[in-house]
Amino acid sequence: MIKILNFTFLVFLFLITKANSLIEIDITRGNLDPLPIAVSPLFQDDKSKKNLISELKIENIGSEISSVVENNLKISGLFNPLSKEAFLQKPDIAHLKPRFEDWALIKAQALITGKVTVENKKLKVEFRLWDILAGREMMALAFTTVPSNWRRVGHIISDKVYERLTGEKGYFDTRIIYVSEEGPKTARVKKLAIMDQDGFNTKYLTLGNELVLTPRFNPTSQMVTYLSYFKNLPRVYLLDIETGTQEVVGDFPGMTFAPRFSPDGKKIIMSFAKDGNSDIYTMDLENRIVERITNHPSIDTSPSYSPDNKFITFNSDRSGFQQIYVMKSDGSNVKRISFGKGLYGTPVWSPRGDLIAFTKLHKGKFYIGVMRTDGSGERLLTENYYQEAPSWSPNGRVLIFYRETKSNDKGEGFSAKLWSIDLTGYNEREVQTETDASDPSWSSLLSN
Amino acid sequence: MNFSKSFRNTFLVILLSLIVSACATKKTTTQVEGQMQGDVYTGTDTVKYLADGVPDRVFFATNESILTTKSRDTLRKQANWLRENSSINVVVEGHADERGTREYNLALGERRANAAKDYLITYGISADRISVISYGKERPVDSGSNPLSWSKNRRSVTVKAN
Repeated sequence: MIKILNFTFLVFLFLITKANSLIEIDITRGNLDPLPIAVSPLFQDDKSKKNLISELKIENIGSEISSVVENNLKISGLFNPLSKEAFLQKPDIAHLKPRFEDWALIKAQALITGKVTVENKKLKVEFRLWDILAGREMMALAFTTVPSNWRRVGHIISDKVYERLTGEKGYFDTRIIYVSEEGPKTARVKKLAIMDQDGFNTKYLTLGNELVLTPRFNPTSQMVTYLSYFKNLPRVYLLDIETGTQEVVGDFPGMTFAPRFSPDGKKIIMSFAKDGNSDIYTMDLENRIVERITNHPSIDTSPSYSPDNKFITFNSDRSGFQQIYVMKSDGSNVKRISFGKGLYGTPVWSPRGDLIAFTKLHKGKFYIGVMRTDGSGERLLTENYYQEAPSWSPNGRVLIFYRETKSNDKGEGFSAKLWSIDLTGYNEREVQTETDASDPSWSSLLSN
Repeated sequence: MNFSKSFRNTFLVILLSLIVSACATKKTTTQVEGQMQGDVYTGTDTVKYLADGVPDRVFFATNESILTTKSRDTLRKQANWLRENSSINVVVEGHADERGTREYNLALGERRANAAKDYLITYGISADRISVISYGKERPVDSGSNPLSWSKNRRSVTVKAN
């Protein structure tokens, strides 16, 4: 259905100045002073321009790519892209050798320049990152790909810049799968939808004929697992987003739900409800062997593996109320880790391994928070009327979740939207979607 | 001494009457405004009927799947009706209100539907005539965001399957 174009990714120049550069960004604290960066439009010669207009119907792809980069850097909250109107140097000349004084004058600390050419119907993009204060090049890279992949080039450049300046992997060349919602609350139509992390290239993967919920990416492939009410039988499904093939996971004699992949992508962990009791099971996707992990008369749901596959965090009301637990992945050594006031749900293990994100309900308010994996150091990042279901960016620095607004007595005023927030508790922002949206899940980096 | 004792008695009487009237006010407002007992819905707004005098649904308290006296009464009526109409099979749908996480609510809806199913079985209805499905918070009947709307949505509904 969705075709990920084979990204031939030719790096022919890769110079990283290892010497102490003057700019670096500390992303471990809330960044209230984003780095001023100038993103010069990527230069394009007239011949390539003509070729590209016939191919893509885009007037100036160089500046389009630089806009993608600029927007990514801005929404990260760590960078302050400067207004292009203030730029003194032309893109082509800056790309060869910037006049550092000119860029320092407009208070830029870093500069991105680049060049786009078309050869044999292939798009070739070069870019360079410059340290203005030190007056030198920090990085130079080039890629060749099919022209229709131009937005991804912008995302990859953003990731390289982010990584060079923060010391951590980026999260821009990624996608979000979510549930698109339309219609009144009492007859909501839900479809699976997928989009680039910046809200572009939205595609709908189901038609809305049956209720679908909680899609989650496989961290190692283009597979998604989700809950579908196909034929009024709520079951966990697998969907290959490249081919569009769907299949039900296992033949359980009752509802299966709350699916998630193991970090190695080889198993699905989920809840199976029977006779009023929900327990946690895994299914090996290769040999289809099912294993029961919990066996308790309470509700056990929302399981999530630790990145090393050794532990599972989950949600249970075995204490009488919804709380968060951690156990070994064979189901032994169950320990409750949430002890604060209120109810806790949707635990999800950070890809970095050190934290668990959760939803908390206390005194009629919903919070998204994080705690260490032993339950200590609870930190609430955001409070609202209703929000839940955090999902981590692949670098473990940002959480995406959904938020609903309160309706009046007639049911008007309801909305469901995606939001993101940094682990620091700063940089809370709405993620634009074409329709109302819920249940977001963040993919891994598409390229590395 | 005498004075202070009678003063204390009067004070107690006033205090007591205040408490009593406070209770009385609270009770009437809940009944009039809310059609709720505790936070369980007791009204008939959304109720449909499987047959004359046989309500199709029962209501639950927040986070609970315990059947109230009234719910058990409704389910006994459903059991009688099912006994008289032995060719009819039913689906019991379990639902939750919107004030909970989606996945937990799916499990809670399943627990509620099974509470109703189990009661029907105790009253002689064969388990293979009753299937259950949980919709969690996905299919509210009332789209308001207030305690009364939520109480109408915390329900299990018995629906004819054939």
